[in-house]
Amino acid sequence: MNIKKQFKEGLITNNPVLVQLIGMCATMAITTSMFNGVGMGLSVLIILTCCNVVVSLLRKIIPGEIRLAIFVVVIAGFVTIVDLLLQAFVPALSDALGVFIPLIVVNCIIIGRAEAFCSKNGVAASFIDGIAQGLGYTLVLMAMCFIRELLGSGSIGGGLIDIANGFRLTLDGSGAGIQIFPSEYGIMYMILPFGGFMTLGALIALMQYVLRKSAEKKELKEAQEVNE
Amino acid sequence: MVTSLLSISLGAILINNFIFSQFLGCCPFLGVSQKVDTALGMGLAVTFVMGMSSALCYVVTGLLNALGLNYMGTLAYILIIASLVQLVEMFLKKNIPSLYSSLGIYLPLITTNCAVLGVVLLNVQNSYNFIESVTYGITGGLGFLVAIVLFASVRERLQFAEYPKSFEGFPIALVSAGLLALAFMGFSGMKIW
Repeated sequence: MNIKKQFKEGLITNNPVLVQLIGMCATMAITTSMFNGVGMGLSVLIILTCCNVVVSLLRKIIPGEIRLAIFVVVIAGFVTIVDLLLQAFVPALSDALGVFIPLIVVNCIIIGRAEAFCSKNGVAASFIDGIAQGLGYTLVLMAMCFIRELLGSGSIGGGLIDIANGFRLTLDGSGAGIQIFPSEYGIMYMILPFGGFMTLGALIALMQYVLRKSAEKKELKEAQEVNE
Repeated sequence: MVTSLLSISLGAILINNFIFSQFLGCCPFLGVSQKVDTALGMGLAVTFVMGMSSALCYVVTGLLNALGLNYMGTLAYILIIASLVQLVEMFLKKNIPSLYSSLGIYLPLITTNCAVLGVVLLNVQNSYNFIESVTYGITGGLGFLVAIVLFASVRERLQFAEYPKSFEGFPIALVSAGLLALAFMGFSGMKIW
């Protein structure tokens, strides 16, 4: 078990959205304000960690043929719990995300990790994996929100930060965010579906560029060492 | 009645297209759109599953409401969808093996297609009656079919296009999907009755 390596994989080299290319529907749909992005990211993080632990605990009992059905039932259970908790305690988030909270059930990240990691690894490693992958997902959502919100409506941290009554965090989605430029000068298209596709495309391209460059650098270095 | 069904249908196919305006079903949309034939098969399979699951889940929703178990909805729906997909898989394997092998891993993955669970949840949210639910399911599937076939024909041309190396694969597909979404936005001002 290597905690540092797992976090590096979750955040960068094996990031669920940017490298594994899964769980993209929600990534593009809800990233219109920072409040939605952070809320969705944290919900997925919690569900992913819980499911990872349970699946890893059950991995020796579950028969191979029906494992997917069992994973789905476990996931649906945790999603229902989180859905009900959000409806009770953070209704603003529940309203803003709408069907995308119950749709976490079919988010490929969770079933993907259950299949690829937890059915082969121990409980502690699966727990760390859930947190690392969940954080990687949350960071991508936050980056998407930052770009789309800033370009689309000229603000940062909409729903999450309130500066009208002193700088504070609002957890009920009431904060207006920090206005960088007046919202009527924003590119409205960035908030619309078009902006979702474009921003994610650009982010994945950036990630591929960075990974390719670092791989080339590594090769160059090894070649030099061989020459010396 | 007819006008409401018509407005649901046009809404699901053009104005609120599942992919281009609601982002439901993006994984198979991006995964199985390399060739028009495969895209067509995938679209038809999804349409069938969406129509059937709308009908079945409407009945189950009524049953759960009667028992006061509404909170079990998501769990029940996903199990129904999973067994429907299993049925389609068995049917295709026996009768159209060529389509079965070209859909590959994406066929069982219809279970985790958010468009299918999405349409069921939206039916409940909009409190549609039985006929409206089935109409919304089938036309939503047709909207998915239109989107994926259009996108597959765009992607076939993309093979001959030149673009920066970093955009290879998914990024350029996402950018072209974005442009298609922009085109579909032209419908968003339309209002029916």
